[in-house]
Amino acid sequence: MYQFNFHSPKNIDDAINIYNSCEDPKFLAGGMTLLASMKQRLIAPSDLIDLRAINNLSEIILNKNTIKIGALCSHYKIASNNIIASKINKMIKLASGIGDPAVRNMGTIGGSLANSDPAADWPAAILALKCNIITNNRSISSNEIFTNMFETCLDESEIITELDIEIPEFFNYVKFPNPASRYAIVGVAIAKYENKVSVAISGASHTPFIAKELSEALTLNFSNNIPLKTIPSDGLNQDIHATSEYRANLIDVLTKDALKAY
Amino acid sequence: MHEISIKITINGKTYEKNIKPNLLLIDFLRDEIGLTGSHIGCDTSQCGACMVLHNDSGIKACSILVAQLNDKKITTIEHLQKNDVLHPMQEAFRNNHGLQCGFCTPGMIISAISLVKENNNPNEEEIRKYLEGNLCRCTGYQNIVKSIEEGANKMRELGDI
Ligand SMILES: Cc1cc2nc3c(=O)[nH]c(=O)nc-3n(C[C@H](O)[C@H](O)[C@H](O)COP(=O)(O)OP(=O)(O)OC[C@H]3O[C@@H](n4cnc5c(N)ncnc54)[C@H](O)[C@@H]3O)c2cc1C
Ligand code: FES
Ligand code: FES
Repeated sequence: MYQFNFHSPKNIDDAINIYNSCEDPKFLAGGMTLLASMKQRLIAPSDLIDLRAINNLSEIILNKNTIKIGALCSHYKIASNNIIASKINKMIKLASGIGDPAVRNMGTIGGSLANSDPAADWPAAILALKCNIITNNRSISSNEIFTNMFETCLDESEIITELDIEIPEFFNYVKFPNPASRYAIVGVAIAKYENKVSVAISGASHTPFIAKELSEALTLNFSNNIPLKTIPSDGLNQDIHATSEYRANLIDVLTKDALKAY
Repeated sequence: MHEISIKITINGKTYEKNIKPNLLLIDFLRDEIGLTGSHIGCDTSQCGACMVLHNDSGIKACSILVAQLNDKKITTIEHLQKNDVLHPMQEAFRNNHGLQCGFCTPGMIISAISLVKENNNPNEEEIRKYLEGNLCRCTGYQNIVKSIEEGANKMRELGDI
């Protein structure tokens, strides 16, 4: 790992001031992605700004029909939280299916969104849910945040502070995990609200995306009788783990699987 | 680059030091204070050979900076045995032939203790799932699972949960 300076600010304003005064800084949350890339010398920030000493970024709060999840909540914390268990129960399964227990102890939901890995689990779930991503200076709707592979619409010095999720009538996320890393070869998230259903897909393309036809069909008729092959395999990811045709088929299979819990 | 001063307690002993910010916990343990029980088995955070306990939870010492652990306490495999008596989880690995070459074993034992602290009566399926982040190239896992079943029972009997 190359050398860098390390800062642990106690509040958001300090974190941003430090950011603005450094040459090529990066925010650090759980480090499960960032430190791994630094160890491999894929990136070499001049400064790391640790967000974990900032208060109030790791709370989970229920407000009537929404749940606020602090950006610094670890996957483990979410997986063992009672509010999540009672209001969006299948999120427990999602959070406890990320990586392994040690990764879940450190890795955070905010880090996962900011990192925008197409094969990660939270991005697809957040995309399917009605959710606002709150940062230090604005609120971003979940369908605007992911712009490209490992890219988001966040400004460089912007910090995600919390997610504000409208509690759905039904939610599920099912993935076909890579057996080594547990990242999704394909994952399907379904969120049903009174008048709208969204199906979001991870692992299959360069960003998580909404499966439009599936979402529309399920909005009209929320049943296991879904239209098949609505997503053409051309353009889907193709690698040593799975062909694009295989991924296209998995989308149908996993969507049906996810609906079984309804 | 600026060195930073940190205070970290490892196995009950407190170290106050100036360190380079890019010092990983595993390198601190192995190279600076001579605790070579935690191993390095990969550079992708996947093998678990480096695991240590932080607040009774297993973390990967290869994927955390000492700088992130200011004022924190860490327990390594070296500190499980008390007064020459093995920790019940260590004893269980010994009784059940839960290791062959032993390279993965410190991480397996730390991970197993972390599991029992979360769930004091894990069944076989839960044990196997929990070991997702611990790779063993020798045993085929059968005896590791048996060891953890026995170790968990003993820890429960002793009220160490
Ligand atoms: C072995 C292994 C297996 C894994 N398996 C899975 C898996 O199955 N599914 C899955 O989804 N993920 C998986 N991950 C990734 C894991 O979930 C990471 O925790 C996550 O992607 C990044 O979160 P972090 O808190 O560790 O972020 P960090 O690594 O600290 O940061 C990642 C990036 O996000 C930025 N960032 C972090 N927090 C914020 C914030 N609040 N505001 C703005 N920017 C921020 C950082 O600057 C950095 O660029 C795995 C990781 C490992 C090592
Ligand atoms: S050395 Fe492999 S996970 Fe830490
Ligand atoms: S005993 Fe050799 S790697 Fe597990």
